[in-house]
Amino acid sequence: MYDPTVARLTYRALLGRRRALILGALPLLLIVISVAVRGLTGADDQTAADVLGGFALATMVPIIGVIAGTGAIGPEIDDGSVVYLLSKPIKRPAIIFTKLIVAIAVTMVFSAAPTLIAGLILNGNGQQIAVAYTVAALVSSIAYSALFLLLGTVSRHAVVFGLVYALVWEALFGSLVAGARTLSVQQWSLAVAHKVAGGDLVTSDVGLTTATVLLVVVTVLATWYAGQKLRSLTLAGEE
Amino acid sequence: MSTLSIDHVSRWFGNVVAVNDITMTIGPGVTGLLGPNGAGKSTLINIMGGFLAPSTGTVTLDGQPVWRNEEIYRHIGIVPEREAMYDFLTGREFVVANAELHGLGDKAAQRALATVEMEYAQDRKIATYSKGMRQRVKMASALVHDPSLLLLDEPFNGMDPRQRMQLMDLLRKMGDEGRTVLFSSHILEEVEQLARHIEVVVAGRHAASGDFRKIRRLMTDRPHRYLVRSSDDRALAAALIADPSTAGIEVDQAEGALRVQAVDFGRFTALLPKVARDHGIRLLTVSPSDESLESVFSYLVAA
Repeated sequence: MYDPTVARLTYRALLGRRRALILGALPLLLIVISVAVRGLTGADDQTAADVLGGFALATMVPIIGVIAGTGAIGPEIDDGSVVYLLSKPIKRPAIIFTKLIVAIAVTMVFSAAPTLIAGLILNGNGQQIAVAYTVAALVSSIAYSALFLLLGTVSRHAVVFGLVYALVWEALFGSLVAGARTLSVQQWSLAVAHKVAGGDLVTSDVGLTTATVLLVVVTVLATWYAGQKLRSLTLAGEE
Repeated sequence: MSTLSIDHVSRWFGNVVAVNDITMTIGPGVTGLLGPNGAGKSTLINIMGGFLAPSTGTVTLDGQPVWRNEEIYRHIGIVPEREAMYDFLTGREFVVANAELHGLGDKAAQRALATVEMEYAQDRKIATYSKGMRQRVKMASALVHDPSLLLLDEPFNGMDPRQRMQLMDLLRKMGDEGRTVLFSSHILEEVEQLARHIEVVVAGRHAASGDFRKIRRLMTDRPHRYLVRSSDDRALAAALIADPSTAGIEVDQAEGALRVQAVDFGRFTALLPKVARDHGIRLLTVSPSDESLESVFSYLVAA
């Protein structure tokens, strides 16, 4: 299923100069905030949980996910260069699967790794908070990548829709409407983080079983559907 | 040796019919797909290449369907019209990647780069390439797996005359080797220079098909209109109308010129200077008034 050539092309496109800068900016901001918070208030578990939950998991991870997920395929479909992948004897779902793996890897590196570092800076992994949020970031990286890769396959405005989902749905509705929280990648990953951390500092509105099932279902469905979309992708000419 | 069969293919986008019930068979050798801009050539080539489903009808390569059949690309090489092609890679990296996607290695890539004579620039980034260089690297990427069918969408667009000659030689060679080569163009002379066989598409319909000489004759045998100014228009008109190659003449008072309709193109062009000389008339202007490609095509459609 995994095609190393497709992966190489995707990595190079994703980590091109401009996109790498955008991908690097938010993690850098997180580290800077963490250093500042630690310097100003000292090590505090509640503060650490607030920063990691409020900024890292609620804002940074989904945005990195949008950039990596949609960027893994959207630009290629937009400018038509995807034709060089499609005109090969490679199953289209294999192309999607490979790009998903790349998007997950990039999202994890640019979101989970800085989350761990920020957590260590904030309170030195007191009460397992750094590890819990890192696990949440890893888990949500997978689901976000699959969702946003699908979005990049079906829409030319994937980045906009992705950001709207990530910021409006996950952040805004999630905090206002209780029902929306059940359908939120962030809450699902928090359920997993809650299991890791144990205490009351990391909480989720969703039970662990429900969260796990939903994470798996969403990832698998989105990937499958993206493969189907790519199979019937038509390349309209410039006419 | 491969044969591409297009069987009663139509394609519409909403209410717009882009391709209208086209049936054609493309065999070995070079075939030109000729038609004015917007005639549906790109749509047709996309359907032939398996990138667009026909609304009705089927496209098969040696009996195998091309739509939703990834395995068919072992036999098809595609040179798209669009420019985008992983500009952040070097030419060599790009062609190697294409070879790898076919399960081939550096050797195949190097051979393809040699075929298009791009070895000298293969280590430069594609972003720095000229249009002609891009076109040749695209060709190399389409040739890595030695396909039996080559589809090229407007390959000569934006190329300078030298690059054009080179690509024509290359395509001619591919055709002589027994490959099935199909290229689209909206320029008659291009097609005429390269293709023995021509398919003409106008407004989504299959307007003509066959040997280029036959189609050229169809195009030259149509009534030609000329605008002629001379030192004595009426004397010239009288002399010309006496010859059967002239179908009609109108004296355009406002323009101060003759509007001549010729039936026999070859004979008329020989006749006009001769008649003028014999009658001591000086020709001041001779200009064809309907040489635009659109009028040529619309004539073909009517025929």
